[in-house]
Formats: sequence, structure tokens, C-alpha cells
Amino acid sequence: MSAELNSEQTEVERQQMEVDIACVGFGPAMGGFLTTLTRALAEAAGDPALESHAMPGMPLQVLCYERADDLAAGVSGVVTAARAIRQSFPQIADAAVPMLTPVTSEKVFYLLDPHGHSRRSLVLRAADVLLKPFVKDAAFALPYTPPFLEKHGGLILSIGQFNQWVGTELMSTGLAQIWPGTPVAEAIFDGRAVKGVRLADQGVDKYGAPAEGYMPGMDVRAALTVVGDGPVGAVGQSLDRTLGLPAGHATREWALGMKFVVELPEDTELQPGTVWHTFGYPEPEIFGFLYVHPDRLCSVGIFIPSWLGDPARTAYRYLQHYMQHPLLWRHLEKATMRSWGAKSLAESGLHGEPYLCGDGFARIGEGSGSTNMLTGSGVDEAWATGTQLAEGVLELLKAGKPFTQENLDAAYVARRRQSWVEKGAQAAKEARNGFHSGVISGLIGMGLAGLTNGALAAAATPPAAHEQISPLRKFFARFHSEKIAEAQQAARSGARTLHDSLLDLRGWPAIPYDGRLLVTQQDALLMGGKVQAAAGFADHVRFRDPALCKACEERTCVSMCSGQAITEGEGTTPAFDREKCIHCGACLWNCAHSSDGRRANVDFNAGSGGLHSAEN
Amino acid sequence: MANVFHIVVCSGIVPDPLQTLEPAPGPTLKNEMMLPAVLDPWAASALYEGAALAAKHAGSKLWLLSLGPKAKLQQVMMTVGQKVPFEFVAVDGPLGGFTDATSTAAALAEAIAAIPGLDRTKLLLFGGWESASRGAGVTLQVAGELLGISDQFQGVDEIKVADDGSFEVLERIEGGRHQQSRCQGTPAVLGWATGNLPEPRNSPQVGMANMRGIMPALQKAKSVKLDANSLTYASVSLPKQQRETRLVRDLSPDEIAREIVQWIAE
Repeated sequence: MSAELNSEQTEVERQQMEVDIACVGFGPAMGGFLTTLTRALAEAAGDPALESHAMPGMPLQVLCYERADDLAAGVSGVVTAARAIRQSFPQIADAAVPMLTPVTSEKVFYLLDPHGHSRRSLVLRAADVLLKPFVKDAAFALPYTPPFLEKHGGLILSIGQFNQWVGTELMSTGLAQIWPGTPVAEAIFDGRAVKGVRLADQGVDKYGAPAEGYMPGMDVRAALTVVGDGPVGAVGQSLDRTLGLPAGHATREWALGMKFVVELPEDTELQPGTVWHTFGYPEPEIFGFLYVHPDRLCSVGIFIPSWLGDPARTAYRYLQHYMQHPLLWRHLEKATMRSWGAKSLAESGLHGEPYLCGDGFARIGEGSGSTNMLTGSGVDEAWATGTQLAEGVLELLKAGKPFTQENLDAAYVARRRQSWVEKGAQAAKEARNGFHSGVISGLIGMGLAGLTNGALAAAATPPAAHEQISPLRKFFARFHSEKIAEAQQAARSGARTLHDSLLDLRGWPAIPYDGRLLVTQQDALLMGGKVQAAAGFADHVRFRDPALCKACEERTCVSMCSGQAITEGEGTTPAFDREKCIHCGACLWNCAHSSDGRRANVDFNAGSGGLHSAEN
Repeated sequence: MANVFHIVVCSGIVPDPLQTLEPAPGPTLKNEMMLPAVLDPWAASALYEGAALAAKHAGSKLWLLSLGPKAKLQQVMMTVGQKVPFEFVAVDGPLGGFTDATSTAAALAEAIAAIPGLDRTKLLLFGGWESASRGAGVTLQVAGELLGISDQFQGVDEIKVADDGSFEVLERIEGGRHQQSRCQGTPAVLGWATGNLPEPRNSPQVGMANMRGIMPALQKAKSVKLDANSLTYASVSLPKQQRETRLVRDLSPDEIAREIVQWIAE
């Protein structure tokens, strides 16, 4: 069905527009690219080398399309060393960027399991018993923060606010246009060369078929297409599908980051600039964080990694348990949720790096494999790759050289390879391999890699993401099959989600909803999610092979859907409600089945809308 | 003879209604500069109606006039600019509808009077009849009066133009009915309710064309200070909310409606 539609759609007469540089996705990487580029364009005003070829006599025509409805609709509070960001904005700590503050204190905590239902190995259980008498709030503070994790001297940011600030600075130059609310469907190819991008069709039904007010997505043709649409972006995916990945590369490791932004009580003891990294709870594989912004705002969240093999893993409920851990609850008990959000993180690093450039295109940011999983840092690296590309592009423009693979390799990729981003990526390359054998080996491997700058690390070839999900019956083998069947039946009837039933079965306590911070997932959508989807776009999540869904017992796509946009359908295929989708992309890698051994059974395409929260 | 209109749509910007809003003492909302803004939805209806009217009558022109902080106006225009073609007129001023309506209207009237090429005999002054944020609901009328326009209509849902340049207006009145009025012609003030047109789809070409005028308009936006002393703010509060969420799959719309009625009655 979808293949037929796609081929029909390519024959539709589309409007065309010619620009010089077409950019996709406005995040930190694109912020770095456009900031560096527009500054140079402003300084060299009148330089004929930097004039538009698409519109002779005009300045270079640089357009950026962003799927989200607003530049502030970000979804990440981060702590960053801000090395590259500070190079672009040396005075950023003094700039009027809301929710930004320098890091003042940093701690790493091992969290003990306060109620005994976490899935812990014997070693960890023994560690908990030994530590318990000596620790407060069921948390052991490491005596020091390993240097590779340290962000001291860095910044705590809200990506939403940072993007908004950068976007305003950029647009006020008049040298780049950033268009939010404009999803891009795919790259336009000529062989292996990219000739621009195709915007998503509007006025279509949920399957993409023309409906009232049909407006075929425009073709935006450009000499250079800059792709910074993140780890699950439609254009990045279209490049990977058409070009493949470099030999030996594969995107196998992922995580879902989910967090709340909360307002702390007036008498809070937490000071702005406080950074906590945690591990050990709610499950040993789950890392967590707490960052304190100015004005008593605080980001608190967890990462659910793909190597957490539990087929019924759930970010939302685990986050609710995480916030109730004694270490955090002492500070959060009287806090109020202001915002909530989630996003997928590409954690394969250099192993998942795609072709960074080709004829007519270049890739930057997280979708280009820039996130460093050893240091837990992605924003600064993304920003750096954007600035490196901008420097390369300016060099080529001034030299009058076309944007060929060869020229982009020399001007951009070579810069990147020589930079601290690449050195960090090399050190991080094998750092997380050990987690596929267990938490202890993972922590040891990470520590070794961090302390030896990558010289020592555990060797492993992680399985594909869908293979990291254990079969349901195997994972829950210690429970009677009737209990599992009851849980599945309850999920099918809509009475209780599978992951909730299975966590209950394992003894996890119920969430004592308080209407402020501990709220149902649906209420989080209403109170903190602020999700909206414009009418007239197709469903961007599709299930490819209904037979695989029919046979699926795991339903991990349902459990891990951040917005409960994917639910048990009336048929055998899960139902998708795009008005609840926050575009986290978790469904793309939280499917246990594959028809070709490579891709899971879910397509995640270009879609409109998502979170409207500005406080993330 | 063809009817030509010069349509000026006055529109404020308001915090995205999906945001968490908290009143603060004085004419502000907590964190208001942090929140993303949107074109006031009532005035957005006026803009879409104005664009449709201008498109229908060859030679007509459409201006969008907005008063707000330049950075916020710029951000909002990146979305609104993709909807319909218009010429942008910006006035750099404070956020919020708690500002004094008379001084706001004076700033708008002054900006309208200064629009180059505007023929005030052909003027249709459009806007929202209400504001989604904190408008006093009188700004448009006062602006019209300051421009000497006595034909004013509020709660407008439709305008039908006759060949002779006169037009019929449907205004909302009590009981869910409309009042039908006939006006001899321009100039007139129309405060729009929702109108009948859907929100236009984003068009990149419209965006590109608008952008050529938006950035220069922002650069030359005149800065105004609105009267902050004529009003005192006794108290502000948000309506109380009560939320109950329940997922249902098998209920018919009738049953759901019955339950909602029962819930409200309780």
C-alpha cells in the first residue's frame, strides 16, 4: 500500500524552488552551522563569491526546515561542557538565555534499590547489603566524578530555550530563514547525488492518499543539502536507505531519554548549577540525572538503553519510580511538574556513523554519529560538527568549488577528523560494549575506556536493536504462563497496559498519584506534554508487516511509546494516534521483530507537530 | 467597477495556549518571554478572511500589523508568514494584553496612518473581536475611532461584498444567532469571531515571498512605550481546573456524551 502510494506521489506535479543551501532540522548542530555561516556572510557582505547562484544578485539563499511547530519546542535539558558553544558565544553565560546556568557542583550516585524489586544480579544485591548501613537516602555518592564524565565549568541548558535564543539571533541577521512547522519527507536523489529535499505532502489522509486541500510537498532544490534532522529524521533515514552505511557500520545501540522539568518548592536546598548523575535504579541498566536550572526549575530524567532486554520496558513508569527514590524524593516531594518530554538518542557513535557527505549533501549532529556515549555528551559535539561544516562550506564557496563529495571530504570531513570531536569519538568507540554482557562488565568497560582514553575496552559486536529485546516468555520465564496470558489479555482489552501488569507482577509498588508530579501518562500529555499535530498530514508511524505484529507477544512499541500514541489496536496491528506522538522515535528501535533481519517492523516517517513545551 | 480594498489586520501575539501559564503581579505572565508565542487566534481568523477577500478582489492589498517585542514578532512570523501573502508592519512594544487599551489603540492607529500607499477611503480594519490572552476587547474599536471610522462590526463571521462596493456582515449575537447588517462601503472596522475559513496550509513559497518584507519591517519597527500608569492590577488568577482522565474503547459517542453530562451535573 505505502509503496504504491509513494510511487504514485512521485508522479504528481510538484512546485519547485531553487535555493543555494537547504537545511533540514533545527537543533544544536544546525545552530552551529547557521551561526558560523551567517556571521561570515555578514562580514563578507558584497563578496561576489558568497552571492546566490539560485537567485543571482541576492545574498546566498539559505533555508532551514524544521518539523516542530516552534523553534522552542525542544525536548532536552542538558548539561554540557559547552566547549564549542563557548567558542561561538564566549559570553553565553551572561547572555539572556532562560534556564541557562554554569555548573557549580557535580556528583555521581549509585542508587540502591529501596524496595527490592529491581532486577539485580547477586553482585549488586550484595553491594546493596554492604553499603546500606553506611549511606543516606539509599544512595552512595562516588568519592569523585570520573574525569571523562565531568562537566564542571560547563553549562546547564534547556535546549528549547537555547534553540529559541540561537534562532532569534540567526534570523535577525536576515541571512538565513528558519521555517518551523515544515516536515521534510526525503532527500531528492540523482543517482547517489542529493539535489535537494522534498517537503511532506499536505492535505492527505492518514495513509498519505490525496484528500481535501491536497498540496503535494514542494521540491526544494539546492546545490548543498545540510542534514541535521537527528537520529530518527526522515531525510537522514532516506540517505541511509539509498546510500547504505559505510562498510562495517550499523546503528545498533539506542536509548530513550525521558524527563520532567519540575518547579522545586520555595524552600528547596538544591542550588542552581547542581548536577547529579545516577546509576543503579530503577533498574541497574538505567542511568539517571538531575540538573538544577535557575528560578527553582529542575530537569530530572532517565535513559532507557536498548540493551535493557526487558520486552516490557517502559520509560514513563520507571521515571515515576525514579523520582520517588529517597535521594530525589527528598527534594521532589513538593515539586510540581511543568513540562515533560522524551527523545531517542543514537548511541552507536562511530559504529553507526553514516556517510558524512556525498555529492550535494553533508550530515551534521546526532544523526551523523557525533554523540559521545562515554562522556554522555551530544549537544556540544553536534554544535561543533555544524561549525566545522560551515567553515568548510565557506572555504569551498570562496574557492568557487562545487559541493562534491571530494570537496566536502576535504573541507568538512577532514576538519572533523582532526578535531576533538573525533578524538573523543575514538575513545568512546568501544566504551559501552561491556553492557551487552551485564551491568558490572559494562561499568568496568566504560571505566577502563574512560581512564585509558579508549585504549582498553571490552570487545563485543552488539546485536541489532530488535535482537536486543528478549522474547517475552523467556524474559518472564519465572512467572506462570497463565499470569503472563492474563496480563496480555488485560492489555488487549485496554484494561491495563502490559508493562504495568508485568511490573505489578514483579512486585513493583503502585504509583501514588498526587496530581502534581506523580500523574498518569495521559495526564502527563495534557499537563506537561502539550502535544499537537496539524491536520492534513499522513500518519508518520506505520507498521510494515501485519503478520509480524500479529505474531508479536512483546508489544515493546506500545510499552515504550512515550506519549501512549501507540496502543493495542482493535486488530492485530497496534493503533497509532499521531495527535499524541511527541516524535521521540522510540518505536523505530523498540520493535522485537524484523522481516529482513536489519530493520524492525516500524516505519517512522516525516510528520508534523509534536511537543509544544518550551521549557524542555 | 472592481472593488478594491486596503485591508489592515491588527493582531497581537499571545503565549501558545498549550503552555503552562501563570499570572504574575502586574501586566505579565510568569516566564512570558520564555514561552513560544502564536498569533492571537481570533485575529488569525481575521487574517485568513482578509487574505481570502484580498485574493477575491483584484488590486486589493493586505497588511498585517502587530505590536510586540521584535524578537517574539520575528519568531511568530516564521510560522504565520507561511500561511497567506501579506505586507508586514511591526511596532516594537511590550508583550501582553494587560497594557492600556487606549494607548495600544493609539499606537496602532498611528502605525496605520503611516503605512505608505494606504488609501484610507478603501480601508477595512480587521482584527479579532476578543483576545486569547488578556485583551480588554476594545482596542480595535478605539483604533477605528481614532482613525475616524464610524462603521464598526464585532463578532463577525462573514462578509459578502456586492458589486457596488457595499457589503453585508454577519455578526454574532445572543442565542447563537447572527445579526445581518448592510454597510455602504469602506472604511469600516470588522472585529472577527472565527469566520468560516480553515487555517491555510503552510506554503514555502508564500513564506519566501513574505520574508522579503518581514525582516525589513522588523528592522524599521518603531518602538513605542505604552501607558503603564493608568491601570492598577488588583489580582489575577487562572480558572480552576479539574482533570479526570479515563481511557475508553467501546463506548459510543452518545454514551460518552451522556457520561460527560452526568459528570458536569455532579
